[in-house]
Amino acid sequence: MAAKLILSMDGVVINEYPISKERMTVGRKAHNDIVIDNLAVSGEHAAIVTILNDSFLEDLDSTNGLAVNGAVVKKHFLQPNDVIEIGKYHLKYINDQASQTTSADFEKTMVLRAPVKQAAAAEKPAEPGFMSTQVDANKAAAAEMVEKTGKFGALRPAEAAPAPANTAATPAPAAPSAPAASAAPAATAPQAAAIQILTGPNAGKELDLVKNLTTLGKPGVQVAVLTRRPHGFFITHVEGENFPLVNGQALSDKPHQMNDHDVIELAGVKMEFYFKG
Amino acid sequence: MKVIDALEIVSQTNPGMVRSHNEDSVACEAACGLVVLADGMGGYNAGEVASGIAISVTAMEIAHRLQNASPIERDEQSGEELGVLLLRDNIQKANASIYHASKSQPQYAGMGTTIVAGLFYDNRVAVGHVGDSRMYRLRGEVFESITRDHSLLQEQIDSGIISIEDARHSKNKNLVTRAVGIDAEIAAEIHVHDVRVGDIYLLCSDGLNDMVEDDDICATLHAMQGNLPLAAEQLIQMANDNGGRDNVSVILVKVKSEFAAPRGWLAKAIDWFNK
Repeated sequence: MAAKLILSMDGVVINEYPISKERMTVGRKAHNDIVIDNLAVSGEHAAIVTILNDSFLEDLDSTNGLAVNGAVVKKHFLQPNDVIEIGKYHLKYINDQASQTTSADFEKTMVLRAPVKQAAAAEKPAEPGFMSTQVDANKAAAAEMVEKTGKFGALRPAEAAPAPANTAATPAPAAPSAPAASAAPAATAPQAAAIQILTGPNAGKELDLVKNLTTLGKPGVQVAVLTRRPHGFFITHVEGENFPLVNGQALSDKPHQMNDHDVIELAGVKMEFYFKG
Repeated sequence: MKVIDALEIVSQTNPGMVRSHNEDSVACEAACGLVVLADGMGGYNAGEVASGIAISVTAMEIAHRLQNASPIERDEQSGEELGVLLLRDNIQKANASIYHASKSQPQYAGMGTTIVAGLFYDNRVAVGHVGDSRMYRLRGEVFESITRDHSLLQEQIDSGIISIEDARHSKNKNLVTRAVGIDAEIAAEIHVHDVRVGDIYLLCSDGLNDMVEDDDICATLHAMQGNLPLAAEQLIQMANDNGGRDNVSVILVKVKSEFAAPRGWLAKAIDWFNK
């Protein structure tokens, strides 16, 4: 069993409770799964409901209430290392499943209740090759637009290491369980950057590039986007007959990585890109 | 206007950064306004086989039937429109093919696939889906999913166990409650939506919406609606930049003009001459 709760008071560990069933109760009375014999604790104080790998904490209308990481809660979706506070007692929620989410073997989509056969074979890292189909005959031009992500790909193969041994240890109410990782933001966010408009009516205006995607220009006339990626900022031409200029040079149809103090010229307006900090 | 001229369709699929196989399949039949996307599952290459069967059965059968029939014709028995009927029947057919293949060949045991299919006709789109592959719509500023996942997580959201914000952190994201090819029978969920000029429809596998926030998908489609191939490229790149833990596939459909089906004998005659 991967998840457990550690009961402690004043930093001294009292007991450990593996999460072994769908519903566990915490309270002062002896029939609870986790018994805390203290008058500040209600007879039935709280319940922890577990559905596969997710656990939820619920206050059972206790007299003195519950807090998680210092905030009072009625109901809470437990995250690894959350500390549940019941009076002077602390219950720490540990879920090892979370650390395994990088392994590809654990993320495959599965059907509940179906006897899906698991292939335990270790997977090789993916080749960053693109297969692209394009149906609209009028738009045959822009085919190979993407900037190959080989650089980023080279960083990742280590994660595809085999991890089949863990499968046996997971709870089995359905098919072999497989925690999916949450949509993690890129591990390495690039340095903060901004653009300042140099000419035209908005000259002097500054725009912080805080979003992953910033649109420049006018729809229907000329549009370019600045995208924030893990390894920097890139400008790409989107629409319009004229391509934007960077330092006087017209862009190709491929993304162009921005350097500090590059000057962009777009629809007659000049602007400067620079890194902050 | 004919549907082939009214729609711009772009599709792209990518194995992602971690997987060696691409178990997603996509198909676009521009002539009849059909787009289909499937995300297969199962050991070794069974996922690819399942999604491949689902795509070829639905796409080829529907395209073939619509060569000599109009999707607005009504079925005499059920009174349903042919477009809706074709979607339902062919997802069922795909289900039977995959189910039998997995029963007869041990290396394919337990394989299955999700599917999402859109059939555009008569200023509408009939959407059929099974599992957690989605169809989104960008209309003006509003970006929303028009399919509802058949997944454990969606059921938990519906019953109030978990909030939409918390759902992003759930570890049970990958459990679907319905899939094509697992049981002998399958009920595809089918809805018909009105289509407006300027709408952009996005069909995607969970490799996109698990890795990229809806807000970022919306911003990308909004900024790049003038250049669909670039938008598809960008969506896949964002999923891979965020880790690319699953195969990523997208189909984008932009509605450039109206495409009402010809009605009455005169319109049909003109349509016939234009063939």
